[in-house]
Amino acid sequence: MHLSETANTGFLFLAPWLVFFPVIGLLINGIFGGRLSERMVGAVASLASGAAFVVSLLLFVTVSGSHGEAMRWHLAEWIHIGELSLDWTFRVDSLSTTMMLVVSGVGTLIHIYAIGYMHEDVRFKSDPGRFRRFFVFLNLFIAAMMILVSGDSYLMLFVGWEGVGLCSFLLIGFWYEMDTLARPSWANSDAAKKAFIANRVGDFGFLIAGFLMFFAFGSFQFDAVFAKAHEVPHEMIIAITLFMLIGVAGKSAQIPLYVWLPDAMAGPTPVSALIHAATMVTAGVYLITRSAPLYSVVHEAQNIVALVGAITALFAATIAVGQYDIKKVLAYSTISQLGFMVAAVGMGAYVAGMFHLVTHAFFKALLFLSAGSVILGVERGHHHAAHAHASPLSQRERARARESKGKKKEERHDAHDDHASAEHHEAFDPGDMRNMGGLRKTMPVTFWLYMIGTIALAGLPPFAGFWSKDEILLDASHHSQTIYWLLTVAAFFTAFYMGRQIWMVFFGEARHEAAAHAEESPKVMTVPLMILAALSILGGALNLPFEGFHNLGHWLEYTIGEVEALGLDMQVAGVSTVLALIAILISWLLYGRNPMKQGQVDPLKKGLGPIFTGMENKWYVDELYHAIIVTPFNKISYFLADVIDWRFWHDWFHEKVIAGTYNWISFIGLNEYADQKGIDAIANGLGVWTQNFSATLRKVQNGFVRSYALSVLLGVVLILGYLVLK
Amino acid sequence: MNLSLTLLTFSPLIGILVLLFMSGNNRNTMRWTALITSLVTFGVSILVFTMFNASNPDLQLVEKYNWITVAGWNIQYHLGVDGLSILLILLTTFLTPISILSTWTAVEERVKEYMIFFLLLEIGMNGVFLAQDLFLFYIFWEFTLVPMYFIIGIWGGPRRIYAAIKFFLYTMAGSILMLLAILWLGVNGGTFSLPELIAQGGIPSNIQWWLFLAFAAAFAIKVPMWPLHSWLPDAHVEAPTAGSVILAGVLLKLGTYGFVRFNLPLFPEAAVRAAPWIALLATIGIIYGAAVSYAQADIKKLVAYSSVSHLGFVMLGLFALNPEGIAGAILQMINHGISTGALFLLVGMIYEQTHTREFKVYGGLWKITPVFGTIFLIVALSSMGLPGLNGFVGEFTILLGAWGAGQNGVFYWGNVWFAAISALGVIMAAVYILYMFQKMFLGPQGEIVDEVKKHGHAIRDLNWREIVTVVPLLIFIFWIGLYPAPFFDIMAPAVDKLVAMMPLP
Amino acid sequence: MIPVDYYIILSAILFVIGVLGVLIRRNALIIFMSIELMLNAANLAIVAFGSVIKSFDGQIFVFFVIAVAAAEVAVGLALIVEIFKSKRSIDVDQMSSLKG
Repeated sequence: MHLSETANTGFLFLAPWLVFFPVIGLLINGIFGGRLSERMVGAVASLASGAAFVVSLLLFVTVSGSHGEAMRWHLAEWIHIGELSLDWTFRVDSLSTTMMLVVSGVGTLIHIYAIGYMHEDVRFKSDPGRFRRFFVFLNLFIAAMMILVSGDSYLMLFVGWEGVGLCSFLLIGFWYEMDTLARPSWANSDAAKKAFIANRVGDFGFLIAGFLMFFAFGSFQFDAVFAKAHEVPHEMIIAITLFMLIGVAGKSAQIPLYVWLPDAMAGPTPVSALIHAATMVTAGVYLITRSAPLYSVVHEAQNIVALVGAITALFAATIAVGQYDIKKVLAYSTISQLGFMVAAVGMGAYVAGMFHLVTHAFFKALLFLSAGSVILGVERGHHHAAHAHASPLSQRERARARESKGKKKEERHDAHDDHASAEHHEAFDPGDMRNMGGLRKTMPVTFWLYMIGTIALAGLPPFAGFWSKDEILLDASHHSQTIYWLLTVAAFFTAFYMGRQIWMVFFGEARHEAAAHAEESPKVMTVPLMILAALSILGGALNLPFEGFHNLGHWLEYTIGEVEALGLDMQVAGVSTVLALIAILISWLLYGRNPMKQGQVDPLKKGLGPIFTGMENKWYVDELYHAIIVTPFNKISYFLADVIDWRFWHDWFHEKVIAGTYNWISFIGLNEYADQKGIDAIANGLGVWTQNFSATLRKVQNGFVRSYALSVLLGVVLILGYLVLK
Repeated sequence: MNLSLTLLTFSPLIGILVLLFMSGNNRNTMRWTALITSLVTFGVSILVFTMFNASNPDLQLVEKYNWITVAGWNIQYHLGVDGLSILLILLTTFLTPISILSTWTAVEERVKEYMIFFLLLEIGMNGVFLAQDLFLFYIFWEFTLVPMYFIIGIWGGPRRIYAAIKFFLYTMAGSILMLLAILWLGVNGGTFSLPELIAQGGIPSNIQWWLFLAFAAAFAIKVPMWPLHSWLPDAHVEAPTAGSVILAGVLLKLGTYGFVRFNLPLFPEAAVRAAPWIALLATIGIIYGAAVSYAQADIKKLVAYSSVSHLGFVMLGLFALNPEGIAGAILQMINHGISTGALFLLVGMIYEQTHTREFKVYGGLWKITPVFGTIFLIVALSSMGLPGLNGFVGEFTILLGAWGAGQNGVFYWGNVWFAAISALGVIMAAVYILYMFQKMFLGPQGEIVDEVKKHGHAIRDLNWREIVTVVPLLIFIFWIGLYPAPFFDIMAPAVDKLVAMMPLP
Repeated sequence: MIPVDYYIILSAILFVIGVLGVLIRRNALIIFMSIELMLNAANLAIVAFGSVIKSFDGQIFVFFVIAVAAAEVAVGLALIVEIFKSKRSIDVDQMSSLKG
């Protein structure tokens, strides 16, 4: 509070509305959305996100006005017990406003794009009712992400951290009843679960870091923690930062926890763009940048972070080379680029890392959304092809085949629904690059947008990606040769797989009738893409390596302290540019000069053989994890549940031993021996004797009146005799 | 003279009397009678809450009368409430109307007896939380068994008799030891009054140890702590929905509450000595319960085992013996009551339609029942401790407390490992909760949907009655998750007082 | 004056005859008459002793006995008639349905 009291707070009071606006949006759509039209639902959600963007801008203005000083806005108490005191406090400084702008800016564009995308997507999958649900989740994500970037303590950051994990789960599993090819399957929901659990593993690391931090620093609040960074023992900070790295690896998809991100492509494409490329996955980078005062004092931890990032960058880039799915390539590319960012912040080049985070948000969102446009275009083409060629008979056959797959969806007929009647559930994959080719002609706008994104990602000047990547490489060259070369090679692969993708998707001839009939996407989708394209071209201007242009650097200095502003190193820039050009050239030689034909094997496979198979199969990491983690966990848990808990503890110990012993004692021991043969025997014996005795006695009672009279007489005689003789 | 606590405890009696004089067939009138009675009781508890002064750490609204004073015995009718119990009282009176509402259509036979047993159970539970005399406490403690025994045994599933008897015998077995310890205390201390006994103190430490164990036996079975949990899955699986809600929501808390109320203040030295051992059992329970939950084929069993895991957290927090741990544990008792209670409610709602709890026939329900799916998701997330929902606040403070206990030497062996390993339970909770949610609501449509259709009616979404039943729980899930400050404020003074009694190393 | 001994001896003889009659005979009417004999033997003894001690008490007592005997005869004969109606016999040995 000491900061905001003195400073001019400006629009600071709006800070909580970063979260409230999206929440209001999701409540409106969630509760009343059923009665609203799709347009209204989309508009409400986009406005909610847009309002958050406006708030971010106003906060940006406020922070600029106060010379970048950090400001805090206390909303409410959260947990106060014992020594623990946590509040809902928003922190507005240069770092958090940067993130806010990226999240809400890119987020709003993707909201708008999604209005168009989801309109078609829900119809291809014949469940238009789910349109609304998508925007509810998307707004929830914006809200959680805002909590993440604007929290003033590690715990509030953690709230957002897990919140975005939840949204990621919900959105990956958005089409939870099918797989990516819309066949009934558990695949999408498995992917969603995998993402959440992998993130939870990371969160475990975060939690441990939090406990260590609390008992070392006595607080979770950023300023309070950073103020003591030099008093706390070195080893403790190493432990904290490394446990935090586990959290980062989970959220930002670094080795060893990156495996969830490729599967996360099961979500609709806007989700892949927003959550799994532009914003959520960069939370780890944000976390390290935010914790700069801690990382800066422990170089050992920094080196490990940088190394993890660099290895991830290269490793994921090699896998991307071997993928056929247009989104999988981008997914591995994202992991690789996140590796660049993590490596950068690990080396202490926070500005470079944040710079790349921002530009990557632009061009990777662009690429993903363009890929979504491609997929939808191909899917449209698929439907048209089916309409054009299908004879009535074959349609009936298809219908029968569909039923035999057990898919009994009701076909809904909305007024503006022209796709539902033509469902296709054959294993046609609209995302498979082997089904594409030649889309340059049918989808020209998307082609050019994709090209811009590709060049930016490949790192060719003067596009945004060049400047940010070059800054990272430059820092690496100063810092460590190992990391520099790992990243440079990764950059080479990046250019190569992007080239491969361009040639395969847009050039050559259509390898499937669907691609031949592909159609361009509507304006609601392409216009946001154009804005992103413009940002991808011009984004480099944020932080040009020339004197007086280090805007982002100076801006972030307010938060993370003085940073060394590097100029342009011609050698580093040259090497990376030349390598990128060579990579694109090789890709042209392989894929562009002789375009792939239908059914043809990937040309690289011939040359590289088993290495390519390894890339294609993601180096078998999923299988490895399955064998060493998933399977043992399942086995152990079934063993515990079935053998130990149920059969041993419940059935054997309790039923047999305790209840059985008790039963034995009571039935056999006590009942039979003690009771029946002991106490019962005595009682019964007494009874038998009485019976016998009375049987004898009853013979006296013979019923003859005269004998009774005789006995009376005898009695009288006896009594009289006694009385007389006494 | 303030009779508010007596009124609170025995106000369900009015409903019981009315019900007793009702003739057999108007079931709806009986339901309404029971519901209104429980709502009145809830109202009374709110009144009590308004009279309660949260900043006072001591017992309040005390009622104390001599009861049995023959032959040197000094047994009193002694009720009182403080920050440790007020929230649990509110939880009890809050969950009872909800569980009565939840059985509106589920129970069609012997409605009168069912409702009477529920109201009797409420009397017993309130009594346990309010009694400040050991003898009185023991009577209420045992008294809760009887209605629950009948609720499981009459309205339960196929193996209800077995489950009911097991439940009864298990709890009795532990209580006997406690009764002996109570008699020892009463005879040696000359009084059965808990505050007086605490004030007297001075029990030799070796005797403390045995008394502690005797009390712990009764409470640990009730909690249930690993490895004494074997009765729980049987009882939960066989109990009717509302029975499970009350069992998970309140009856299990009787055990943990017993530890807070009796074991800690009566035997502080023994408690400090036992801390790492209890923490060990709690940690094993957390991991074991989570692992075993994951492997269940029956939905209710999964939730039952998850209780073992969650209550492990509560026990870990209690024996951290610091304000964070104990307050977190008390809050987690409330959280578990709300979240697991709600889970049982929701499982009951779907069971009422499908009559099966096997995971393998479910799947894809979210598409058919969007409202149900969304509510289930929120409750499930609260159960797995998602930040922003109630479970996280409890679990986090508990783990923080346990970590602190490890560092400060309360866990004089084991150090921070208890907290660290228990934190793994957070991952494992995600595994089994997401598994449950996935198998029921995600994935392709399960065969149960067609199975139900064959009987002439499709699976429907929640109706208004069911929504009204769950929404109050949802409100608390969000409230405690986002703004738990009032809850902590209520218990903080009492917790601080309790911690101050502990002879910590 | 006849000594009282003679009355007593006569009374005793009559009583013994009555007793023997009850014990030996099976005809219910005979048994009944034998009982009357024993009663009257007792009456004789009472009157005799009454005259010896010069008191009217004995005679008053005898009147009571005669009245009771008359009542007894009425009830007893009614029973015998009923028994005869159902059993067609008044042999007491056949009326042994109460034997143990």
